[in-house]
This record gives sequence, structure tokens and C-alpha cells, in this order.
Amino acid sequence: MVAGKDGAERAELDLVTLIVASADPPPSAAPEQAALLRLCTTPLSVAELSAYLSLPFSAMTVLLTDMLTADLVTARAPIVRQAVADRSLLEAVMHGLQRL
Amino acid sequence: MDFKGSDTIPGPRTEDQLPHTAEAAVKIVIVGGFGVGKTTMVGSVSEIRPLTTEETMTQAGIGVDDNFGSDSKTATTVAMDFGRISITDQLVLYLFGTPGQERFWFLWNGLFEGALGAVVLIDTRRLEVSFDVIGRLEERGVPFVVAVNSFPDAPRYAIADLRAALDLDEEIPIIECDARRRASSRDVLMTLMHFLHSLAMSGALR
Ligand SMILES: Nc1nc2c(ncn2[C@@H]2O[C@H](COP(=O)(O)OP(=O)(O)O)[C@@H](O)[C@H]2O)c(=O)[nH]1
Ligand SMILES: [Mg+2]
Repeated sequence: MVAGKDGAERAELDLVTLIVASADPPPSAAPEQAALLRLCTTPLSVAELSAYLSLPFSAMTVLLTDMLTADLVTARAPIVRQAVADRSLLEAVMHGLQRL
Repeated sequence: MDFKGSDTIPGPRTEDQLPHTAEAAVKIVIVGGFGVGKTTMVGSVSEIRPLTTEETMTQAGIGVDDNFGSDSKTATTVAMDFGRISITDQLVLYLFGTPGQERFWFLWNGLFEGALGAVVLIDTRRLEVSFDVIGRLEERGVPFVVAVNSFPDAPRYAIADLRAALDLDEEIPIIECDARRRASSRDVLMTLMHFLHSLAMSGALR
């Protein structure tokens, strides 16, 4: 469920794929790449990056695909409905909501 | 790309940062007509101030544009508000409020396909908006519950009458709520989770 260094080859980017910077912005980084790297020193979803950078989702995925290929960021894939038949995840979410 | 200088971009406040241990996210979609209370519901349970992600929808797509040399393509921006709830140090839940029209849904790849499930938020003054939404979710096999946002001047119906009006199966939960209240919105999400759990128990989650 966690994408490794092969993030670029993995499933398409989802709104809730978590992105984490794996490097400081290299001198060659484009301004939007540098901005993105500064935002995700801690994990941040593609949706949040899109909001903070004011970039449409499709532009975000283009930008991120390049950065994954360049090993500037890693991606942590979301857990999708088809994978939760084991119920323990559903139970974890319920406990989390109960604490709200 | 129209990009602002990177120094001016405000990121998450320190207290809004996820821990490094956050390894995966799940999402739930709140879907309904304009003004039904989607953003209100997202905001009432979210730990962060709701954010907005946008996508541009071009009316005349590549290949169907027969206005050679013309720049008259019309683009519509569709926005989706979302919020976040940290479940554990490893797991994060995101909530997306999305318009009811199906033509918007494909803009965000996998919005419904990967979601744990959906909340169909309805306003009894405009029930007809929900028919389409419910039909589409059924077609796509997306599990959902129905939440009736209780606006003060909206007609009140017995749950059984609503179920009949919406042509909903007996097993699909219908719950009343006040989207402005955190506890009430939380109960809606909890109802969805219990429903998903029962589907998982019976092997019906797909
Ligand atoms: N009385 C009442 N008003 C609500 C409730 N939920 C939302 N509203 C109001 O309805 C309006 C539309 O809500 P909004 O969340 O923006 O709807 P959206 O278009 O679905 O995102 C806002 O002015 C809200 O304050 C509710 O449960 N009760
Ligand atoms: Mg809204």
C-alpha cells in the first residue's frame, strides 16, 4: 500500500495519493517544482497540493509525474474500496470518527 | 503554465501538517445538488479549513473541435471543496464535496471508483436532483447512504416515504442531519462506515 522508489511506475495519481519530498529543491528545479518540494516536506495529498499551488488537478498530475520520474518526490498510494474487504481498516476509520 | 512566484505560496500551517508516519489515505465523497450543504458538512468535521481543488472542463475537446483556427472554446472551471480527518498516525481520511452532475465526475480520475463510499446529501425541497445521482452511483456500484439535510423551511417526510420517493432498497440507510453540526455530520459518516462494514461482512464490498 506504500509506493516505493518506483512511484512513477505505479498506479495513476489519485486525489488522495500522499506526496513526500525526497530531496531539497535542486538548483535546476523549476519554480513550481521548488514550491511543491517546500510544501511536502511532510506528507501532503495531491488535492492539497493542487489547492495550495492553485493548479488544476490535471496540471498537478503532469507536474508530479515528472517529479516522480526525477526521484524528487515519492508517492504513497491510497487505500481503495476494493482493498478493504478485510474490515480492519473500516474499523480503524470508525474508531477515528468516534473521537471527533 | 500560469504560475505564481513560489515564495508567495502559503502552505499548511504547522499544526495542519501530517506526521511523517502518514502512509496512506482513504476518501469519502459527499455528493448532491448546489446549495444542499456539501461544503458545510465537509467544514463541520474537517480538521483543516476546507480547501478547494479545481479542474477545467473544455466544452470542445481535442478531436471534436470543428472550429478550425478558432479560439472560441469555452472552458468551465469546476471546483470541489474538501477536508481532512486524521484517523491514526498512519491513516488519513479525506472528504470531497462534489456537484451532482455526472459530467463533472470524470474530471477527477477515480473520484468515486477508489472512494470507500459516498454520502448523497439531499434537500427535500429539491428531491429530483437526487434521482440522477442515486442512479449513477448504483450503476457504478458505489456504496452510499442518503443524508437528509434538515433545512428549517423544507418539507419533512417520514423516512419510509422518502425511501419510496427515491426508490431506494431497504438496506440503504437514510439519516436526517444538520450539516452545520459536527456531531450530526460525524453520525452521517459513521452510518456510512457501518453500512460499508456490513457489506464487507457479507462479502458484498467490491
Ligand atoms: N438551516 C440549515 N442551513 C444549512 C445547513 N447546511 C447548509 N446550510 C446553509 O445552506 C447554504 C448552502 O450550503 P453549502 O454547504 O455552501 O452548499 P453546497 O453548495 O452543497 O456546498 C449555506 O448558506 C449554509 O449555511 C443545515 O443543515 N441547516
Ligand atoms: Mg459547496
